[in-house]
Amino acid sequence: MKVDRRELVATLVPGIALALVGLAVAALFAATLDPQERSALASMLAPRAALLLPLWLVLAAAFGALGRMAYLRWVLAPERLAERAGALLAATSGLDTDAGRAFAASPDLGAGLRRLAHVIEGFVGQREALRRDVHARIRDASREIEQERSRLAALMAELSQSVVVCNLDGRILLYNNRARLQFRALSSAPRLADGGELIGLGRSIYAVFDHQLVAHALERVQQRLERGAANPSAQFVTATRTGQLLRVQVAPVRAAAGDGGGDAELSGFVLMLDNITRDFADESRRDLLLHALTEGSRASLGNLLAAVEMLDYPDVDASARERFHRVIRDEVKAMSARLRELSTHAAETQKTRWPLEDMLGADFVSAAARRIEARLGCRAAAGAVDDDLWLRLDSYSLLQALVHLAARLVDEYGVRLITLRLARAGVRAQLDLVWSGPVMSTETAVAWETEPITVGDETLALTLRDVVERHDGACWFERERVRQESFFRFLLPVAGAGEQLEAAQVVRGASRPEYYDFDLFRTSEPTRELAERPLNELTFTVFDCETTGLDPSAGDEIIQIGATRIVNGKLRRHECFEQLVDPKRPISGASIPIHGIRADMVAGQPTIESVLPAFHAFAHDTVLVGHNAAFDMRFLQLKEAATGVVFDQPVLDTLLLSALVHPQQPSHELEAIAERLGVAVLGRHTALGDAIVTAEVFLKLVPLLAERGLRTLGQVREAAQKTYYARLTY
Amino acid sequence: MSKKILIADDEPNILISLEFLMQREGHAVSLARDGDEALAAIRAQRPDLVLLDVMMPGRSGFDVCQAVRADPDLAGVKIVMLTAKGRDTDVAKGTALGADAYLTKPFSTHELAARVRELLGLA
Repeated sequence: MKVDRRELVATLVPGIALALVGLAVAALFAATLDPQERSALASMLAPRAALLLPLWLVLAAAFGALGRMAYLRWVLAPERLAERAGALLAATSGLDTDAGRAFAASPDLGAGLRRLAHVIEGFVGQREALRRDVHARIRDASREIEQERSRLAALMAELSQSVVVCNLDGRILLYNNRARLQFRALSSAPRLADGGELIGLGRSIYAVFDHQLVAHALERVQQRLERGAANPSAQFVTATRTGQLLRVQVAPVRAAAGDGGGDAELSGFVLMLDNITRDFADESRRDLLLHALTEGSRASLGNLLAAVEMLDYPDVDASARERFHRVIRDEVKAMSARLRELSTHAAETQKTRWPLEDMLGADFVSAAARRIEARLGCRAAAGAVDDDLWLRLDSYSLLQALVHLAARLVDEYGVRLITLRLARAGVRAQLDLVWSGPVMSTETAVAWETEPITVGDETLALTLRDVVERHDGACWFERERVRQESFFRFLLPVAGAGEQLEAAQVVRGASRPEYYDFDLFRTSEPTRELAERPLNELTFTVFDCETTGLDPSAGDEIIQIGATRIVNGKLRRHECFEQLVDPKRPISGASIPIHGIRADMVAGQPTIESVLPAFHAFAHDTVLVGHNAAFDMRFLQLKEAATGVVFDQPVLDTLLLSALVHPQQPSHELEAIAERLGVAVLGRHTALGDAIVTAEVFLKLVPLLAERGLRTLGQVREAAQKTYYARLTY
Repeated sequence: MSKKILIADDEPNILISLEFLMQREGHAVSLARDGDEALAAIRAQRPDLVLLDVMMPGRSGFDVCQAVRADPDLAGVKIVMLTAKGRDTDVAKGTALGADAYLTKPFSTHELAARVRELLGLA
């Protein structure tokens, strides 16, 4: 047991003091006596000295006990109280309220201290309550912000227009699915990098658009802002490297008012992209046709007129006459052909005049059936429906038209059951609204087609004919005597193959990927050297290669590259790169069980000469991270001559970083580190799977490195080079 | 006396009529089916007048007209441009390049014959 020295002192001092005082009093008393008296007193006291010692002992014990008690109560107890209060004060997240409540319960407190302890308890309780309140508010506020953000992101994701939001440095901080699809079309290696080398959080928009072009547009926006324009956006049209024409609308993102002074400052910009390549091509084709029609017709008419006028001359002989007739026949034929072509084209382009959307036919039919049932209280069912048919529709007006017709049938003929059928009819689709029952006259049908559409109390400024015209379609009423059925048939345009695909991709994106990070608004272009920047500010490409074997110098080759990105301290799983590579050599049997890639899987895949440049573009402007990266880098370096791309960015190796953080651990295999750091290992030994595990491991390593004072890229690289493992070469 | 006339047009359907028309007017007619052939024929035959189509494969009518006007030896050759290009900018270009007349298709053959006679000083 530890002896409290001060307690000992407090216990012993009264006895000692008593003895000293006694002796001093005795000495003083003795000094006042003359020698005879002194000896007389001595002789009187000497035999009773045995009595004095026990008396002193008893008194010493009694005062000692009192002294100890006083010490405990007035020195130690307040000190302990102060210590505990100090500890509570220091505990920043101490929501352990018991510690505060047990304050006054200590038995060793005097009445005054107990009251003080109660007061402290009160303060502690109040502080905890306040703290909880603040926490709750912060939590609520951030939840709300998060909700708002995700609501906005959800909104963006569903937009059919491409939207990209950038900060002032041109770094992308939000994009939607449509933009991703569009950028894929712009990518020069669409199959390889999937457009991922162009669009990604934190990537620069200037990889796609000329910096000057955007800067010029922003300048115009700024001017309009200064003039106080309500809607200060600018627009430009640009041709991309792949020859696509994009119309880009630039709108400002202003810091929220009140954020910084009166004038809302520009903090970024929104780009809305339209690929007008097709519109432009259509337009040019129309121009060309128009041109051909006017100039071609002029020439033809000229030829015709000349020939006809020659025929007027009386001196035309038979053979000349025949020649002029042939000219006339020829030219008439040519002009007819020209007209035919123009009218076909006009029909095609008319389709695009009213904005139509792609919709799966089956979806439209079920929506229409539901709407009719809900509105009219008659049964409506989908009959035979072609499930693969995609329509190009103005679904709203067409739905209204169908409900209008159904309402007429129910009101005037008491129809109880309406069936909708959808089938392909040549290049179009035919949608039938079918019923059986009383015979209806064609005149009635025509009347219904030409009256304004009425749904409930609402009357549209549209007739059924207008709606049909919008779709460049047709509509008629037919009777099938045998089955005693009548139907209205609509001929509707079918969506083109490419458009279907796009729409399908949008529909199937069930789990909405995270395409935004508004925190990037705050980051600004580094003024510092890369090496001086903290790790969590940097953008990383975490990658892994699967190879035919372990010896790159002996001719082993890459058979798969997988990579993912870390932007702003977060793993961006949706921004990934995964590509099999044809190594043009056999895959060693020993490695097949590891990566599971067989020769037949890589046959016909692109070769490293085309994959590596795509990966290079994907990794542009980032720091590379790999596990045992020296091995992968060796493969990349050996390909520099063949592919012409050099990976000269900094590289971090999670193996070395792990050795830095946990130098005593026996293993720095990826699995071992992952287990140590609590990273779930899923889908390993595909290049992308390994890259994702490596990325997660890396993200766990960053704070551990920071604990060791390694924060910047430069510090971490320097320290990593000093580990034992850095000496391994391949 | 008979004048030499060159008709340069890539469309046989107009050549037939123009050839007939000019021969009927009493001229000696030769034909060219594109710009290069036309220029060569002009240099070789020194026609009094050329009916020159603008839209021809190879050298266009404008090019031929310019080449002829650039050659002092060919100063006397009259040029009538015939074209389906009806834009005023084309007319301006033809006139600027030195064409004596510019007729837009479809034109009346009577008018053409009259203009040719006028340019040849036969009217």
